[in-house]
Amino acid sequence: MKVLWFHLMPYTELPDDFRDNHHSVWVDIDSRLFDPQRAHRMYNDFFDELEFAAEVGFDGVCVNEHHNNGYGLMPSPNLIGSALARATQDAAILILGNSLGLYNPPLRVAEEMAMIDCISGGRMIAGFPIGTPMDTCFAYGQNPSTLRQRYLEAHDVIMRAWREEDVFPFNGRFNQLRYVNIWPRPVQKPHPPVWIPGGGANETLRWCVDNDYVFCALSYFGYDAAQGVLGAYRREIDAGGKEQNPFRSGYLQFVGVGETRAEAERIYREPAEYFYARCLHLFPGFTDAPGYRTESTIRRQLQASRPGGGVAALGTTGAPTLEDIVERGYLVLGEPDEVAERLREIARDLNVGNLMTLLQFGNMDRDTANHNTRLFAERVMPQIADLFEDEWEHCWWPSPMPRPERTAPQSVRAVAV
Amino acid sequence: MSGPKERSVEVNGHACRVWEKGDGDPLGVLPGIGGAPRWTPFLEMLSATRRVVAPSLPGFPGALGHDALDSHLDWMIAAHELLAGAGLEGADLVGVSVGGAVAADVAAIWPTLARRLVLISPYGLFDEDDTGVDPFAVRPPDIGRCLSADADAYDGVFGVPEDEDRVEWLVTLARAQEAAARILWPLGDTRLARRLHRIRIPTLLLWGDRDRVVPRSYADRFVAGLGGETRIEIIPDAGHLADIDRPAATAGAVREFLDRTNGSP
Repeated sequence: MKVLWFHLMPYTELPDDFRDNHHSVWVDIDSRLFDPQRAHRMYNDFFDELEFAAEVGFDGVCVNEHHNNGYGLMPSPNLIGSALARATQDAAILILGNSLGLYNPPLRVAEEMAMIDCISGGRMIAGFPIGTPMDTCFAYGQNPSTLRQRYLEAHDVIMRAWREEDVFPFNGRFNQLRYVNIWPRPVQKPHPPVWIPGGGANETLRWCVDNDYVFCALSYFGYDAAQGVLGAYRREIDAGGKEQNPFRSGYLQFVGVGETRAEAERIYREPAEYFYARCLHLFPGFTDAPGYRTESTIRRQLQASRPGGGVAALGTTGAPTLEDIVERGYLVLGEPDEVAERLREIARDLNVGNLMTLLQFGNMDRDTANHNTRLFAERVMPQIADLFEDEWEHCWWPSPMPRPERTAPQSVRAVAV
Repeated sequence: MSGPKERSVEVNGHACRVWEKGDGDPLGVLPGIGGAPRWTPFLEMLSATRRVVAPSLPGFPGALGHDALDSHLDWMIAAHELLAGAGLEGADLVGVSVGGAVAADVAAIWPTLARRLVLISPYGLFDEDDTGVDPFAVRPPDIGRCLSADADAYDGVFGVPEDEDRVEWLVTLARAQEAAARILWPLGDTRLARRLHRIRIPTLLLWGDRDRVVPRSYADRFVAGLGGETRIEIIPDAGHLADIDRPAATAGAVREFLDRTNGSP
């Protein structure tokens, strides 16, 4: 199994009264809460945490894109990914990803990802989310009714730009380009692996199967939330006549590892409660936009008597205690052996070969995050890393240049000498 | 009351429902956000003295095809084909909310299309200093309170009928919201301000006094931009969808305007 270390980059100093006296963590969050000098410290701590994870042996590091968001300080994951390409040597760099419908022309995504693939020597995984309504429709003003069509067209032009060797014109519904010819071009041929994070619209699942992409169930609500989506995905894999290879699925899980369960409860209580109470304090009106959900998704959710579903659940989490958060399975918490056992169960049960762990969450400080990361790497990872490895081939993992052909950063002094 | 006659006009290969009732000169009506899932009391009252013709724009109840329309030009051509196909060239035209933005725009682009114009809380302009409430950032259970000042009247038009499939009814309403968003997202500014001066026909602006969505100040902006005779009237105790909240007062104001301006070129 591949184990990745995912950072959301949350602002760690939202005030105690955030839930009571602020409207929403996303879209119209009060900019006066943002202290750039504190953010200087946060960003650098976050880099330390990601680089530490790569150093202690995680298979990959993972970044994503959010806008106007108090728990995601990464409007541009490519900036972070690019720095990580320099600061790490072997870890895969999963950009999960760029919300394709936001970029005009989408060639910008093809170019920047190709740059990261070159800088990293072919270690990049290209993630293409549609993006949440909060990010795409409200923060970035994209029309929710055309968003998916734009996304699919952007995907088409990016993939062609990576694959085709000759300059070509592209006459799409939303993009007209006379000379598509990106420089630089990705190391990985014919293109870097493509992973699709999503909420689980049937159309998206089928499209992932048809295109042979990895589908990633990303939610903050653990196993229960992922079960339905990944079950539907497995049905689409069957329907598409493809193999139930666990490496074509990804799953995100909050994890808190302690030397003992008591220690884990003590050190992760505040960050977990901070995340669920403050970071998910979201105005429900921003969790959907007319046309964002497909008609078949709306129909399916109405038939199941679920008014919102998907991201709509974000606005209704309340302010759970650590006990609630663990009980509901949002956070897998405990000493290393019990965490490993639970993760094996989950991975087997969901048939997921790519585990994205959130080991820094909420207002967790760097030392605590690194403690969590080290315990996971040293005492959990060895118990789960073998999963699926003998049974299946991972066809969606980066194929970097051979190690001896890759260069590493040289200090200015070394170059001068 | 007996229902309207129903026919359809094809736009881009999709059937768009046209409801029609009454006698006399045709009076076109483009409904507001949410469209007309039912024949409404407002349409019924207008049909007492005029032949009311109410076409559904693509994506609104009774019509599909909104997802083929990518640009404002696509929408305008579709609206023109629909109105012409419904026999409304040269007719008086009423537009509510999103239907008001479309009615004003086709009247500006094709100056002979409408004879006289009634715009009820029309979209189409945007003022950064007076934004109104964003109806697209409202969850479905709260949308009635946002658009209407009369929950019973709103429910009378948009509530699920006993003999209808609940899921399909709600899907239809969701599709109508999507179609409105497809035209208006994100601000409701269709750049109509650049074309308003081309409307030289008599134009009545009706506004619910409790419209929170398109503020009252927009009536003055319309008047300042319009090129012909204009008049603003306020409908008391009505929200954004004045035709639904106060059908008698709204239909009365429309009728009075059409009577008064009869004989205008």
